[in-house]
Amino acid sequence: MIEIFKNSIRKALQTRPLSIKEIPVSKEYEMLGAELKKAIKKRFSRSFHIREVDTGSCGACESEIIAATNPIYDIQRFGVDFVASPRHADALLVTGPVSKNMELALKRTYDAMPGPKLVITLGDCALDGGKFKNSYYTLSGVKNVLPVSAHIHGCPPKPIDIVKAILILLGKTK
Amino acid sequence: MNYIKIFDDIEEKYNLKPLSLRIEEKEPDEIYARVGAGDFKPMCLAMHKYLHSPVMSFFAVDERKEKGVFGLLCAFQSIEFKKWVFITTEVPKDNAEFESLSKDIYSAALFEREIYEMFGIVPKNSPDTRRLKLHEEVWPQGNFPLRKDFDSKKIKDSPKSEHKLKEVEGDGVFEVAVGPVHAGLIAPGHFRFSVAGEPVINLEIHLGFTHRGVEKIFENLSLNEAVSLSECVSGDSAFAHSWAFCNSIEKILKINVPENIQYVRAVLLELERMYNHVNDIGGIAVDVGFSFPSAFASLMKESILDLNEKLTESRYLKNVNAIGGVLCDFNDDKKQVLIQNLEMLQKDLNELKKMILSNVSFMDRADSTGILRKNIAEDLGVLGPAGRASGIDKDLRKDFHGIYDKVKFNSIHCLSGDVSARLKIRFDEFEESIKIVKQFLDMIKPFESKKEQLPKIKEGYALGCAEGWRGPVLYWVKIDAEGHIVRCKIVDPSFRNWEGLAFAMPGNIVPDFPLCNKSFDFSYSGNDL
Repeated sequence: MIEIFKNSIRKALQTRPLSIKEIPVSKEYEMLGAELKKAIKKRFSRSFHIREVDTGSCGACESEIIAATNPIYDIQRFGVDFVASPRHADALLVTGPVSKNMELALKRTYDAMPGPKLVITLGDCALDGGKFKNSYYTLSGVKNVLPVSAHIHGCPPKPIDIVKAILILLGKTK
Repeated sequence: MNYIKIFDDIEEKYNLKPLSLRIEEKEPDEIYARVGAGDFKPMCLAMHKYLHSPVMSFFAVDERKEKGVFGLLCAFQSIEFKKWVFITTEVPKDNAEFESLSKDIYSAALFEREIYEMFGIVPKNSPDTRRLKLHEEVWPQGNFPLRKDFDSKKIKDSPKSEHKLKEVEGDGVFEVAVGPVHAGLIAPGHFRFSVAGEPVINLEIHLGFTHRGVEKIFENLSLNEAVSLSECVSGDSAFAHSWAFCNSIEKILKINVPENIQYVRAVLLELERMYNHVNDIGGIAVDVGFSFPSAFASLMKESILDLNEKLTESRYLKNVNAIGGVLCDFNDDKKQVLIQNLEMLQKDLNELKKMILSNVSFMDRADSTGILRKNIAEDLGVLGPAGRASGIDKDLRKDFHGIYDKVKFNSIHCLSGDVSARLKIRFDEFEESIKIVKQFLDMIKPFESKKEQLPKIKEGYALGCAEGWRGPVLYWVKIDAEGHIVRCKIVDPSFRNWEGLAFAMPGNIVPDFPLCNKSFDFSYSGNDL
């Protein structure tokens, strides 16, 4: 019982000094983030909402997207948020080489989004199929199914790459 | 030679014809026993009962060109003798069928469905021949992609059908369909709950959405290309997969990997286990809406990913394994960094434990939720942490791997089989991993990275294995004389464990599904391949 009270008080009153805090988030990341925040404020009035769809990735890309939302990178503070419904989304973030089983689901998710809509691909598989290019069961990349606005390179891309790519994309959109 | 006893005992007990039985000792820990087509099922049944082993792997090989037959191989593990026992047989190409095992051995059911959809070999009298990965709505009938003469350009079109899910009928029963696109940032899969009031009566899991034809892509790849493909089978167990693949090739080519290198591999495998376990602990917390420990756990995960990058230049340990060695170097600085980090992680883990285990409302959700009973788990063949939480004390690190004999660690298992058991397993295994890494660190001598030269390539086949964080990862690889892969059968632990979730759900309420799902945390891509 004492443990519980101690815990609650600590959670409410004090942010415990973390040993993990020593991971340096690079200055570059912070600078890019500030720029991203400005760009999002200008074009999307503060919030840029993304719906993510996995079309057959190995899971490393998802893991990095989740890492971008952890308290260290915390991409939400720049105005990027991941939403549960395509109806709330400004952009569709697609990972994986598009397996045949996912083609219909991907198209339907895209159709459910309100316009104007952006499609961002993430990871080498999503660009042209990557290692799964000539498989009998993939469509070799998202561009064969949907019009793609931007691509984030890497296998998997790091959180900083995600921020960079979104920044470049927003620079292009008016 | 005392393992021959297995076959003597089986002959005595089950009266199976010894004439059709041939033991070839190709590899130090693999036994291939060839039987006639008629004896295949009784022999597998006898082995299953005698060794108390689920079907570890069951697959076909297309040998129609060389021998005019399909080969069938069914693998069991003998923990007593530290051997993999393969029962093999041949089925003629014109009349490709065999007597179904799955009525008597449930753990063979999924493998049989896979053999039927990939090779067109019919399991006679099988209770379930629905497709697993090539969905009926998308893939025409009569095209079997893993046959050697399959050509993706000449796919015959035919009317497509609908995948039939089991229906539960009765007063007040309704269905809740979820997926394939989920609300969170996770991979696709379809779940169909049959619900009456609050409790779930039945859960049907329909997967295969991330099927990419990995086993077909492996064929005709060169060995080095194949190593990097194996890392993309399941992204969060990249190291376990590439180790298992390298292990099988090293066995075929008889490469002796220096012990020093194997210690480094073991350290990296444990790091992979740690970041995934802590990720799951955070995931379980967030699924009951307890976000504070989840944020804390994600910081811990990030610190291990960062550590991975410092050691190997890759956050997910990709491009690290190579056949015969590892591509990263190891020096005293790295050792120091590791030791410091391990101490911090231990402290943080204690903190996380306090936060979660002392929270009554959290533990109330976790206790007695999603119970998977031991007998069901045994029948399904559930292994890894999910199995250990239900009382199946099997672990390849302790049962098979030679180098793990050099360190002391406890094998963790619980009996209750609920969410809190799986949570505790993760906490305890994390702690054991820290111990293991510390012991290995004392033994590692610093070395420079260098590219190993492959010895002369010869044809052969072998089974490679590694205990990944989800359970045993198995690669059975056959290569030809030029070093091209003829057949690569991958068994990710998710493939055998997914059914466990379907059996743990009934009786629980729908809102507890995310909690149960996360406590198992299976890989979609590893299952679908």
